[in-house]
Amino acid sequence: MADKTTEVRLNFMAALENVQTMDELEKIRVEYIGKKGYVTELLKEMKNLSNEEKKTFGQAVNVLKNEVNDKIAEKREELKQKEIELENSRMPEFDISTPANLERGSYHPITLVQRQCEDIFRSMGFAVEDYSEIVTDYECFEALNIPKDHPARDMQDTYYLDNGQLLKSHTSAAQNAIYKKYKDALVNEGKPIKAIFPGRCFRNEATDACHENTFFQMEGVMVDKDISISNLIFFMKTMLSEVFQKDIKVRLRPGFFPFVEPGFELDISCLICGGEGCPSCKHSGWLELCPCGMIHPEVLKAGGIDPDEYTGFAFGLGLTRLAMMKYGVKDIRDLNSGSLKTLSQFTDDK
Amino acid sequence: MLLSMNWISDYVDFTGLDKLELINKFSLSTAEVENEIFFKGSDVNGIVCAEIKSVENHPESKKLHLLKVDIGEDELVDVVCGAPNVRVGMKTAFAKLGAQIGDITIAPRKLAGYTSNGMCCSEKELGISDSNDGIMDLTDDIPLGTDLKTVYDIEDIIFEVDNKSLTNRPDLWGHYGIAREFAAIAGRELKPLAVSDLSVYDGLEKVDVKIEDPLCQRYSSIKFEGISRHVSPVNMRIRLFYCGMRALNFLADITNYIMLEMGQPMHAFDARKVEQIRVKKFDTPFTFTTLDGVERNIDENTLMICNGDTPVAIAGIMGGLDSEIVADTSTLTLESATFDAASIRKSTVRLAHRTDASMRYEKSLDPEMTTVAVARFVKLLTDADSEAKVVSALTDEIAFSYPQINLTFDKAFVNKYTGIEISNETIVKTLTALGFGVELENDQFSVSVPSWRATKDVTIKADIIEEITRIYGYDNFDIHTAEVPVYPVRPAVEKTDENRIKDMLVKRYSMHELHSYVWAYHDEYKALGIEIEPNVELVNATNPNIKTIRKSIVPTQLCQVKYNTAYDSDFAVFEIGKVVNGYNEKGLCDEHKKLAITIYSKTKDMETIYFELRDILAVLADDIKHRPITFAKAEATHSYQHPKNLNNIYCDGKLLGEIGIVNATVSKKIDKKANIVYAEIDVEEFAKIANASIKYEAPSKFPEIEIDLSFVTASYAPIAKAISDANCALIKKVSLVDTYADENGKSITIRLLFSHPERTLTKEEVLDVVNGITAALEAQDIKLKNGVAL
Repeated sequence: MADKTTEVRLNFMAALENVQTMDELEKIRVEYIGKKGYVTELLKEMKNLSNEEKKTFGQAVNVLKNEVNDKIAEKREELKQKEIELENSRMPEFDISTPANLERGSYHPITLVQRQCEDIFRSMGFAVEDYSEIVTDYECFEALNIPKDHPARDMQDTYYLDNGQLLKSHTSAAQNAIYKKYKDALVNEGKPIKAIFPGRCFRNEATDACHENTFFQMEGVMVDKDISISNLIFFMKTMLSEVFQKDIKVRLRPGFFPFVEPGFELDISCLICGGEGCPSCKHSGWLELCPCGMIHPEVLKAGGIDPDEYTGFAFGLGLTRLAMMKYGVKDIRDLNSGSLKTLSQFTDDK
Repeated sequence: MLLSMNWISDYVDFTGLDKLELINKFSLSTAEVENEIFFKGSDVNGIVCAEIKSVENHPESKKLHLLKVDIGEDELVDVVCGAPNVRVGMKTAFAKLGAQIGDITIAPRKLAGYTSNGMCCSEKELGISDSNDGIMDLTDDIPLGTDLKTVYDIEDIIFEVDNKSLTNRPDLWGHYGIAREFAAIAGRELKPLAVSDLSVYDGLEKVDVKIEDPLCQRYSSIKFEGISRHVSPVNMRIRLFYCGMRALNFLADITNYIMLEMGQPMHAFDARKVEQIRVKKFDTPFTFTTLDGVERNIDENTLMICNGDTPVAIAGIMGGLDSEIVADTSTLTLESATFDAASIRKSTVRLAHRTDASMRYEKSLDPEMTTVAVARFVKLLTDADSEAKVVSALTDEIAFSYPQINLTFDKAFVNKYTGIEISNETIVKTLTALGFGVELENDQFSVSVPSWRATKDVTIKADIIEEITRIYGYDNFDIHTAEVPVYPVRPAVEKTDENRIKDMLVKRYSMHELHSYVWAYHDEYKALGIEIEPNVELVNATNPNIKTIRKSIVPTQLCQVKYNTAYDSDFAVFEIGKVVNGYNEKGLCDEHKKLAITIYSKTKDMETIYFELRDILAVLADDIKHRPITFAKAEATHSYQHPKNLNNIYCDGKLLGEIGIVNATVSKKIDKKANIVYAEIDVEEFAKIANASIKYEAPSKFPEIEIDLSFVTASYAPIAKAISDANCALIKKVSLVDTYADENGKSITIRLLFSHPERTLTKEEVLDVVNGITAALEAQDIKLKNGVAL
């Protein structure tokens, strides 16, 4: 009888060897250990055997049955693995070298430089203020020590409106309101006034690659008991070094603006040549960047601040000019053109 | 303004100092110097004084002459010369062999068969004038062979100061004032102006001068006779030319010379034409011909200089043609005056005629200068013309004087303002060098402002700080941060809202931020069929296309959309900008800040982009304020609005703005195939909405129940109301599953999500709620289409 089990075993092993698919495996399983399978049939032959033989044969058949079970399970794992490998191999290789789709939204370049500047000043404890575009003659001129008939008004060709108001010609127009807003905290609580106010300004002039009638400035003021020229230079240098992310050399020249005294024109070392002289700085090594100065006592007074007790500095930074310098925009009109070909390039910049 | 270093050196000794370095310091301490500096005469060498000994006509040329010239050497030199003014005995400028004129080195040269061993030079060739009439006619007594550079100031350093940087400095409109700055910067002495003593003429009769209008502050005059010189000395002519003026005749040249030297404009009248000087205005307009031959309209506000009642000059601007000095004038009445700056400025604007004189008067000149200028004139005239005689006493009419300004301050004030330590000694030295009177006692300064700085420029203590610090040098400042108390700075809600809106639109919705102008673009609106609505207007715009301030960003944005139709088939743009809605109750412009969004699509249908935009707005409100927005139908009132699908947007009970479709009239002009939707909301109103913040709820551990319901209805609004009225805390979410339209009408399928935080829901309690909702809708004749499936 032992021969019989051996024969079934050999047949099974041979059949298993040829199995390629799960279906074939299932067929063999039924053929051998199904209800009418060869191994099951072997057990039926036991009834003709002696008790001694039954025991031996029964054990042998059981061993065979377990062996078949194990082999089938083993084969099943093997086939599964093959199937996964086959699936993996069917996955195509993608061509990652094709150009990426970079389509996304964009910020206006002014927004980008304005945010950079705001972040710098916020980090130094300055409040960021907003102001209207339409202001009164008082805000734009009178409160800034620019009385009627003053030649300084010739310098700015202002857009006047039919109700006597005007489109603000400089962000300094917000100074008076800022002082009035913060003066109580300054006087009563000893909180220094530290504020920047970016905004859109207007000049009534013909536009070309270098001139726009609509542009952005950012004004900054700091007022406290002992604010000095030394502080002014320090803040200008620090701020500009942060803006351009390198150590910037600055120099001050006297400049005349009725709302500051002393007033300065601030130059920075040329960003292109570093001060050696190149066409972009007209070979001077310097770029005129921002007017600044100590706030004129009359301007403080108009803002309700006692100039004998408090001093302060103010500066005006041309955000439009800064954006042009930073991104190499050659034609100022591009900024208000609304051209997506131009503006969609300014995706983000910190 | 062009400035001559030679001229400045008349008053400051620069020995041992680098002049270019000083010019650079001047730029940092006083006024901006233009980059280009001119080294006059540096390329002219080897020019000597020569005398023409013989002149022969060239046998074949009508123009050329054959000369023999004496250059003070053993032999005469043969020269071929084409100048028309050659004559025997004439002394001229001669470029010897080896001489240099610009890029040319003089060498023997054949001209029409004859060799020329040098060149007779015109003033233009030497670069000292633009006169090319002929070769230079030297009348001064100069030994032959003398290098002309040793006699004349051909070599000079000329630099230019930007006039704009001098607007507040009337004292810097002449070389002497500039020299004072250089002296202070260099730490050298300022030499006094050479002037004649006029008191010797006190016994003579005065010129008849009367100031009849206070706009003339001071009028000084003197009279001369016997003037015999008509051509100015060469050095005077060179300086005038180098400083941008043309030499005319001796008398006119001296007035110009003094203007360039002292900043004091002067006028020389032919004394035969001017006997009674009256300064006044006329009640009725008239025409007047100025010395440039132009007839000008004079109105009742223009101050005139008159001979009796006959106008002879426009005060401070230009003289008249009739009283002009001419080549043979031998008697002269001199005007040296100051006028009200604003009056001169307005007159130049009215006349549209700005002159070197008016430019200076506009800056508020020092009236104390008029008599000094007269004394300087007498000196220059009599030095160069021994026959000229002063025939009147100095006449000096004063109608207005500036008060003497005295300022006091202490050392602590200087320390506080500068933030650095500047010694008392430096302060005194600097102010003294600039002409201020200074007294110092126990750190207390008393400063008297010199008249030339006291007309408007220096009036307060802070002005003195500028004087001290600019000469001290800002480059020399020790810079340091401010020591101030530190407090937190709370950003304004509006600002943070604005930034978050921009971030979301750019980052999540791939929109592009644009800027447009604050006014309506008349031409562009017209092209798109957008009406320009009456609003606040600009009164002085030079561009006719801009006049009316915009009421909404949408139309300007649509113009930009039109501009970009070639950019892509689909794009979305936005702007946060200002608009004006007429005037407020105080008559001031009613300005608002708005966010405008436009979505443009050629690939998606109108409904799709309309709902995209609706959802964007809902997300903005939910993300920034954690609040829902609602809509209410609105009537189209603007030309760009479509009559349908225009909805007002509300949040927290506030009207924020609107969402709509662009009217086909306009959108067809933008692009026939594109769908365009827009929204505009007021960001200031939006900022006022309180942030409801996130309401966190722990997720229930018990099973949720979803129920789908389909109702036959054209509108979702009653369903929303029924659900809201049910006021059931178990409903956690309502979503729209489907909308479907067939012959029976439109149906809407919604999904309700039920959940209880603490237990498993019973079928009964959920059905109760559902039945309540369906019953409420049934009552409005809105039928449930499909049964409830639990």
